[in-house]
Amino acid sequence: MTDTFSKTTDVPQETEARLERIRTGLAKRHAREKRFRLYGVLAIAAALAFVAILFAMILSKGLPAFQQASLSLPVTFSEELIEVDPKPVREAGQSAADFQAASLRWQRDVTLINWNRVLENAVRTIAPDVEIETRDLQSIIDNGERFKLRDAFVADPSILGRAIQMDVLASADVDNWLKGNINRDLPDAQQQLSADARALADRLYEEGHIRMAFAWHIFTNTDSRSAPASAGLAGAFMGSLYMMLVVIVLAVPIGVASAIYLEEFAPKNRLTDLIEVNINNLAAVPSIVFGLLGAAVFINYFRLPLSAPIVGGLVLTLMTLPTIIIATRSALRAVPPSLRQAALGLGASKTQTVFHHVLPVTYPGILTATIIGVAQALGETAPLLLIGMNAFVAAVPGSPFEQSTALPVQIFLWQGNENRNFFEARTSAAIIVLLALMISLNAIAIFLRSRLERRR
Amino acid sequence: MNSLTVAALLLVFLGLAYQQGWSLSRRLATPEGRLHSRPAYHGSLVAIWTVAPALLILALWALFGNTASRAFIIANLPAELADQPASVIEPAIQRVRQIASGFGVAGDVQPYETAAGQALRQFQVIMSATVLAAAAAFAALSLYFARRRVALRLQARNEVERLVGYLLLACSAVAVLTTLGIVLSLVFEAARFFTFVSPADFFFGTVWNPRFSTTGAGSGQYGLLPLLWGTVMVAAIAMFVALPIGLMTAIYLSQYARPRVRNFVKPVIEILAGIPTIVYGFFALVTVGPFLASAGAAVGIDIRATSALTAGIVMGIMIIPFISSLSDDILRQVPRAMIDGSIGLGATRSETIKRVVLPAALPGIVGAFLLAVSRAIGETMIVVLAAGNSPFLRANPGEPISTVTVTIVNQLTGDQDFASPQSLVAFALGLTLFVMTLFLNMAALYIVRRFREQYE
Amino acid sequence: MTHNQETDTAAMNMSTSQFIEDQVTGSSRQLNEMKTRVTARDVNVFYGAKQALFDVSVNVPDKSVIAFIGPSGCGKSTFLRCLNRMNDTIEGCRVEGEIRLDGQDVYDPKIDVVELRARVGMVFQKPNPFPKSIFENVAYGPKIHGLASNKTDLEEIVVTSLKKASLFEEVKDRLHEPGTGLSGGQQQRLCIARAIAVSPEVILMDEPCSALDPIATAKIEELIDELRANFTIAIVTHSMQQAARVSQRTAFFHLGVLVEEGPTEQIFTAPSDKRTQDYVTGRFG
Repeated sequence: MTDTFSKTTDVPQETEARLERIRTGLAKRHAREKRFRLYGVLAIAAALAFVAILFAMILSKGLPAFQQASLSLPVTFSEELIEVDPKPVREAGQSAADFQAASLRWQRDVTLINWNRVLENAVRTIAPDVEIETRDLQSIIDNGERFKLRDAFVADPSILGRAIQMDVLASADVDNWLKGNINRDLPDAQQQLSADARALADRLYEEGHIRMAFAWHIFTNTDSRSAPASAGLAGAFMGSLYMMLVVIVLAVPIGVASAIYLEEFAPKNRLTDLIEVNINNLAAVPSIVFGLLGAAVFINYFRLPLSAPIVGGLVLTLMTLPTIIIATRSALRAVPPSLRQAALGLGASKTQTVFHHVLPVTYPGILTATIIGVAQALGETAPLLLIGMNAFVAAVPGSPFEQSTALPVQIFLWQGNENRNFFEARTSAAIIVLLALMISLNAIAIFLRSRLERRR
Repeated sequence: MNSLTVAALLLVFLGLAYQQGWSLSRRLATPEGRLHSRPAYHGSLVAIWTVAPALLILALWALFGNTASRAFIIANLPAELADQPASVIEPAIQRVRQIASGFGVAGDVQPYETAAGQALRQFQVIMSATVLAAAAAFAALSLYFARRRVALRLQARNEVERLVGYLLLACSAVAVLTTLGIVLSLVFEAARFFTFVSPADFFFGTVWNPRFSTTGAGSGQYGLLPLLWGTVMVAAIAMFVALPIGLMTAIYLSQYARPRVRNFVKPVIEILAGIPTIVYGFFALVTVGPFLASAGAAVGIDIRATSALTAGIVMGIMIIPFISSLSDDILRQVPRAMIDGSIGLGATRSETIKRVVLPAALPGIVGAFLLAVSRAIGETMIVVLAAGNSPFLRANPGEPISTVTVTIVNQLTGDQDFASPQSLVAFALGLTLFVMTLFLNMAALYIVRRFREQYE
Repeated sequence: MTHNQETDTAAMNMSTSQFIEDQVTGSSRQLNEMKTRVTARDVNVFYGAKQALFDVSVNVPDKSVIAFIGPSGCGKSTFLRCLNRMNDTIEGCRVEGEIRLDGQDVYDPKIDVVELRARVGMVFQKPNPFPKSIFENVAYGPKIHGLASNKTDLEEIVVTSLKKASLFEEVKDRLHEPGTGLSGGQQQRLCIARAIAVSPEVILMDEPCSALDPIATAKIEELIDELRANFTIAIVTHSMQQAARVSQRTAFFHLGVLVEEGPTEQIFTAPSDKRTQDYVTGRFG
């Protein structure tokens, strides 16, 4: 801004005076312009930084949880410790219920065997010289791992008397200790593990008996309170899956149908206006209000089961319906009127025009609408809490009517676990799984969308 | 007779009826007399009329069949057993069902159980046969009548289309029914709450201490004001974070950024919008809270890790994409001619934005702001995790607070009796929340609509 | 009309470009008695890879009206927008050649566009008043440029500008009502007043009457004729009648090429180029 119009040219006097005035303000104005631009850049930088920090935090906390301390032990199914009747077989004439009762009785007997002792012996064989109390020794192995031994025996009773190399999960405390999640300099009183157990864990880790293995059980196990190290997402995943199926089966057809009605068929009258205003408002109603609706109507009035994915699915259906309707309507609106006029002009009826000509064009749009709706439903937590889906469920639901939890609710439950050191990572891992699901949903949508659009 | 077979039979009927209508109408067509509608429409019409009554009967059976068989079992049980409480009678009913199914039961079978089981079996066989026969008879009958209607001049297409129209209308009604359901359930349950606590005590009370239902109903204090105050404070902090960042981002993206920058930044920021709120809550709890607490300690301000400030800031981050994409849309609707007019007069970019673009877009931006506020006060999971749940009237944002949404979750997730004021208050709170957001949404939608019309 | 067509025909026009050059220099000889305000030499404009203007050279004489005519897409508006660098706001637009205002190169990187646009004002195709009051619309330019020292000063500028734009009588009672509430013709005169308020030396008008009815158009044309006393005006127009009515000189553009430039009367009565003749007699356009 240093050099301006040179004065050598024949500019009249008064113009020159006016330009002088303008020039005096220029430096300030350009500085203001620069500052304003800078604010914009800073705002964007802040927003991008938030995205980066959020993902960095979740990845840095969550990724280590996918590697978990696991012991490789030579487990001897010794006859002295395992004293049970042979596994029952169904006899002729025995009713199904009687056989089931006998099997259950046998399994209960098997469960009552001191599997912890079997595990203890196995640890002592790999570290024969260590002197450690039984309680301390058992504290390095996850509480639920003895059932792995039981299950192996139930599946194949012939292993009695043999030694088998098995992988069992170390306890959550050992995992924390070895990963350095706990300050190693803390005094004994503040440590979760006794000094002996810590020394044993360190030694087994150095000798390679404990190693960090990929934690498949996060995907295959259900939640567990007594055995935190083996807690997994399978139950929550199935719960979410059932709910998403309910949402897709109900919300998509109903939503697309209402969008078609409102956009193509509805007469322009007060009723249509009311429906329209109502849908726009419904889209902005807080999700927790839908939870209240579910609690009052589905649970309290219709007496549908608490904690069931079917109820969660219904609540989420109502919640995502406006989203799907609005997105589908804008897809329909984007179809050029000339297409409709062309079809109508050829003598097609209104219905034929819409279903044969207009709707196929909007498939990519409807697909996107569906994915947006489903992703929104997948991440929703608050309404599910109100219909009891925050109950602790230790089984994978076999149908949408059984008790279950959901992925976001599982995250909520895990973040509240007392064992913060261990569950902070576990929660982040669950978040990674949830986000990965949402990202893949969107990726599939983008892929399908591009394919659908190319075909036209 | 399982449901799969029934479904298959229905499909067969459907196909049969369609074929009937189709071929019948085709045979009618002669060179002199042309069909009004194409055979496919006659087929569809016959199929719809044939299957609909059968479906209705089956649906009724699915809804009430269980109740009927239950009543039958109770009628067949000895009188003294039928009078027992549910804890005795439910297992008994279950046993009878198992005997009837042939699966058998564990333990000794009482003679009356065997009798009831056999009776139930007969009842089931007869009933399902009756229902199926009725369904089949109705289907056959309506097939007969539907066939008789097939004629050259029958306006089958119009009829089918009218039915489709009704179906679409019914689907749009779902959204209206949802709103109705929300309003009715909130009002009804809130009214029940107000039989325990006077509305004045609720709306103007300054103490929130509902106690537990076990300590006696109505003994608690249900003052809304501390919760409302917390809600407003968190929302205000959130808007304080989100508005400048979101608006400046939108301004930069819509007025300055080159397409390439825009195409990168916009989707990245919109990632923030897709992240589930539970993830933000965890982020607040684990990262932002401790950071704020230590930052506060460093400068000598006492900030708690879970506080209005923590929840508000993280909620603000969540709302950034909401404000930025809404404002971006609105800013881009300001006509280019208006911007050119200002630039052509020698205004700098920022002068144009501040003096022309923003004033022109102001209504739209106010609308976006109101929608964002509505979203902030309805947000649940972030405050549940990060606001500290402390329902007191406090002015210091560094202290924990509680909000309306948090309290709804707290009151409905405990083991409270649904009919107690402790649970019912959630609906009074929900009603308050719903009305607040409704007003904000209505105002926002109205303003935005007016703004759009202005530039269309 | 797309840029594509323009590039396709570019080669064809190459042979004639020399001829045009001669024409321009020839006609500029007649300009000698008139002072030149803006001179353009060999201006080429590109939108991305597509060329929109080919070697345009023209002189804009002081205190007179020059009209740019031609079929749509011929580049006349593009050329006009080069004169105050409004093309800078269009992504991917590149200008080559030389445009001088009072001898100073407008595209000199040291030039401040803000100052340039204060000297070369612009009126657009569609009336585009700001969503402010009539007063604020006119006061906008003086305010941002700091031209008024105080409130009375500003009021004087506004009133004078409205008077110069022959709008004052119609709006003097409602100066503080929104400018968007005026009729189309009034809005356009408001935009002219807004441009005048900065007292530019040159006013560019991009089809200022294309969105107006005949009566409003007549008023604007009358106004342009009055403004000629104090301002140098370059107007792009679609209508040959308008060009004939308001301008002293006319330049005919076709496919990005300046075909012919000269006194308006000569262009309409005795054009030297076949294409100009075809256009003014209505064979195409």
